[in-house]
Amino acid sequence: MRILAFVCADDSLTMTAEENTIEQWLASTPQRVEGHQLRGREDATTVRDHGALITDGPFADTKEWIAGYDILDCASLEEAVAIAAGHPLARFGAIELRPFDE
Amino acid sequence: MTPHREKPSTDAAGAVETAFREEWGRIVATLIRLTGDWDLAEECAQDAFAKALTRWPVDGTPRNPGAWLTTAARNRAIDRLRRASAEDARLRALPPVESRAEEGPVPDDRLQLIFTCCHPALPLDARVALTLRTLAGLTTPQIARAFLVPEATMAQRLVRAKRKIRNAGIPYRIPAAHLLPERLSGVLAVLYLMFNEGYSADRGALADEAIRLTRVLGALMPDEPEVRGLLALMLLHHARRAARTDAAGDLVTLAEQDRSRWDQEMIEEGVRVLEQSRGRGPYRLQAAIAACHATAATAGSTDWPQIAVLYAALARLAPSPVVELNRAVAVAESAGPEAGLAVLDGVDLPGYHLLPAARAELLRRLGRFGEAAECYREALSAVTSEPERRFLTARLSELPCGTAGQYGNRHS
Repeated sequence: MRILAFVCADDSLTMTAEENTIEQWLASTPQRVEGHQLRGREDATTVRDHGALITDGPFADTKEWIAGYDILDCASLEEAVAIAAGHPLARFGAIELRPFDE
Repeated sequence: MTPHREKPSTDAAGAVETAFREEWGRIVATLIRLTGDWDLAEECAQDAFAKALTRWPVDGTPRNPGAWLTTAARNRAIDRLRRASAEDARLRALPPVESRAEEGPVPDDRLQLIFTCCHPALPLDARVALTLRTLAGLTTPQIARAFLVPEATMAQRLVRAKRKIRNAGIPYRIPAAHLLPERLSGVLAVLYLMFNEGYSADRGALADEAIRLTRVLGALMPDEPEVRGLLALMLLHHARRAARTDAAGDLVTLAEQDRSRWDQEMIEEGVRVLEQSRGRGPYRLQAAIAACHATAATAGSTDWPQIAVLYAALARLAPSPVVELNRAVAVAESAGPEAGLAVLDGVDLPGYHLLPAARAELLRRLGRFGEAAECYREALSAVTSEPERRFLTARLSELPCGTAGQYGNRHS
């Protein structure tokens, strides 16, 4: 099954270089199909109503915001949870797992 | 042949200043198109004006100052980009500069710049600030002062806005036809906000800039009735500026304003601009209302029935409790306070002091002083501006004796 993992951070996030184990996580996660870090929410734009309503910022004005995403291809949610748990942002932020509707 | 060149040094500084007002936005707009770099565009425009300050007193003011400055800014940009990197891709996009460019017509990229500065993907406060910086040429400290925020805050707001244009991929162009009405109304909203921010006397520079920019937009989009409507609206409001406050800085109501202090020339221009356009858009309707007030010789001769009709049209187009409140006032003036109160009964505006203030005024006219006093107190509990508080307090204390005893001294 394919799962979209939203990597969430909040403004209080502070992570030292040693704590950022993303390279190790990438190297040890063959289930990751692809993913990317995204620019900050100050560069986000929200479009509604066929483009008639364009607003500054992400659609949800919450403390936590999506900092990046990874598409995982794994056997079960359990496997996805284990993979997400190893992501450095699971310690300093949160990971939301959303299975593909397929 | 060229009278400018006959008296070089004395008028040169003035000529540079005039050119700055008239040409800054155009030069920055062109440089952004050529280089795609907003900061570089601003810096090179600045350099061009600095060069003009040293050259024009010696060489005389050029026949086409805008073209001279554009060429100077453009050459400066090429120079800086070459120095930064001979291989820079942006350089390849720059066609070679012809020395005769000074004689030719200057392309006008300001419309692209206006639409980009007012793009809805930018935060509203950044749209206003960016428009003032890049189009009007106000410095960051000037904009910070106008918005009563620290300079560093404003500088950061501008940096973020420019970064977002780059990072979010906001395009530098006039929107496609099917998006234009929506986006144009966004631009007009930014200009109107800028004007309203400049409503108070100490921030009047903002209102002047808003009018100037709306004129530019009107020249660039002559077929858009709402641009003219907004310009007319601004002129008709601005014309009353001197009479709006008294010597102590207190508000003077429209009815009590000294109409000889209104700027008749500006009123005539506003009416002219209004008559040049057609349609019943919200800005045109508001301008027509402002024209009814501005062209009345005395408060008593105001065409209130016409104003009530215009407010009704506005309420159908853009329903809002504030419009309804204003319609109630017009109805009261044309059909009596009772009729006005009936309209007010349908208005719900929690926490907005002008609603109880309007109700108080109508109750006072009907001689229902007790209820009027109550409404004045309600208005006073919601008002935030000091001149308005003084105004309401004065009105409350002017109510006939007995009222205060009935309501105010209950706890004594």
